[in-house]
Amino acid sequence: MTSELNVKLAELKLRNPTILASGFLGVSGKLLKRVAMVGAGAVTTKSVGKEPRKGHPNPTVLEFDSWMMNAIGLSNPGYEKFKKEIKIAKEGQVPVIANIFAGDPEDFAFLAKEMEDAKADAIELNISCPNLTPGECLGQSIGKNPDLSYEVIKAVKKVVKIPVITKLTPNVDDIKVIAEAVERANTDIISAINTVGPGMVIDVETAKPVLANKFGGLSGPAIHPIAVKCVYDIYKTVKVPIIGIGGISHGKDAIEMIMAGASAVGIGTAIYYRGIDVFKKVCDEIMEFLDSHGYSSLEEIRGLAHRD
Amino acid sequence: MEIPEVLEIKSIMKENWKTKTFFFYKNIEAEPGQFVMVWIPGMDEKPFAVAFTNPLGITVTKVGPFSSRLHQMGEGQKLGIRGPYGRGFELKGQKICIVGGGYGIVPLSFLAEKAFSKNYDVTVIVGAKTKDDLFFLERLKKSKLIITTDDGSAGIKGFATDALKDQIEKENYACVYTCGPEIMMKKVFKICEDYATECQASLERYMKCGFGVCGQCCIDDLMVCKDGPVFNSEQLRKLTEFGVFERDKSGSKIYFQ
Repeated sequence: MTSELNVKLAELKLRNPTILASGFLGVSGKLLKRVAMVGAGAVTTKSVGKEPRKGHPNPTVLEFDSWMMNAIGLSNPGYEKFKKEIKIAKEGQVPVIANIFAGDPEDFAFLAKEMEDAKADAIELNISCPNLTPGECLGQSIGKNPDLSYEVIKAVKKVVKIPVITKLTPNVDDIKVIAEAVERANTDIISAINTVGPGMVIDVETAKPVLANKFGGLSGPAIHPIAVKCVYDIYKTVKVPIIGIGGISHGKDAIEMIMAGASAVGIGTAIYYRGIDVFKKVCDEIMEFLDSHGYSSLEEIRGLAHRD
Repeated sequence: MEIPEVLEIKSIMKENWKTKTFFFYKNIEAEPGQFVMVWIPGMDEKPFAVAFTNPLGITVTKVGPFSSRLHQMGEGQKLGIRGPYGRGFELKGQKICIVGGGYGIVPLSFLAEKAFSKNYDVTVIVGAKTKDDLFFLERLKKSKLIITTDDGSAGIKGFATDALKDQIEKENYACVYTCGPEIMMKKVFKICEDYATECQASLERYMKCGFGVCGQCCIDDLMVCKDGPVFNSEQLRKLTEFGVFERDKSGSKIYFQ
């Protein structure tokens, strides 16, 4: 029996449920194309803003045995230069999701329109980055607030026709409240979760925090259970399709996320653990699982963990 | 585990007026061409080619704020090291030519020593602006050494690439190895292509993670930190960005002059 890996997420059609998560390799169109060529069902760009940003000095990324910590600091060349990268990424023949960040609803709407004009297949709203300079109203400063989140999505939905994905932070009291707000604002898809924390690593020899930014968001296998719980809660609360992200390295992790309610999964940190072709590996493992357990499609197992 | 290991500086060697080698209390296993990320606690972290392995040594020319800070450091002071990372040079055949420009000679000297230990016939061409900029000549003395300087203050007045052209015209090299300014390496590669000779070049791009996840150091669809920093002729032929542009910290393109 051949299992079916095709997925439909709102208007987005994917050949398989694995999506390159934002922040990994998405600096250039050619790298995004490479990720598509080695198996991803869709690719997401690095978060793009209005103006060029250099981000934080190094070290910006650390890895322990079961987690990665990063504080890149939203480095990007600005939307204008980045539009060309999207055009190149499209050569990979899979949907290209443009991840954008801004400080207010107007700028979000402006960037979303620009990315739609650049032929992005969907917009992902970064209202969940935790690596901010104190006082900066970006990322999770927005995503922790249901009213602000609502305003951002409303503004974006007004100007674009392509699907809008809202990426949520787990660093809130109750993610269900945020999920409800973004659904009310008509987001087409929810992706969850962004990195956890922030956290800090101090080098004890020098008594200095290792990341130049001092703190950074956690990703990787260690946060997987948190991500599964968030997706489970979101699925229970809202009807919009969910992209489950957080520590997915193997087919089993993806299955778990889908059973929690996700329609597709984001993969990032696992590129380090399993190589750039992790997308194909995870797909093969999902397929194997479905076949060996007698399931004929992903639809059959979606949200299965919610049944009595 | 990708986190800096803090090491004390064991000794410091002055190589020339603006270049020092820092040795650490640690031996490492690395291939010539591989690099380590060097962290100045509380400041920044940058990649440096491995210059020595027993003990680990990095050779740093003073060019900006980071290297200037390194030059102020003394024995017993602490730096963070992670790596080695990337793919190094691969020795081919028995007769090779090494072309180094400026501080590009750092990983190439390590390569030359490895080639000497395997009894390779090694020609080394070192290009520098002026006599005072040269270093590591002692490490290269077992080679046929050709020095070029822009002002003629040492060796032949002219460019390393001109010397390579003379050599490749009359000699048959299994491979040409190069590291230095990218425009020079592009010329070296072109000469190798003209003479149907294999080439390996060590490229440089602004780097963040060093282990192939962030994508910052991309050149075309490859990552310098993981797929490189050493690329062979087959790869270099496909790299449309080689010798054309690099990206700054924001990811914006900066075209080579």
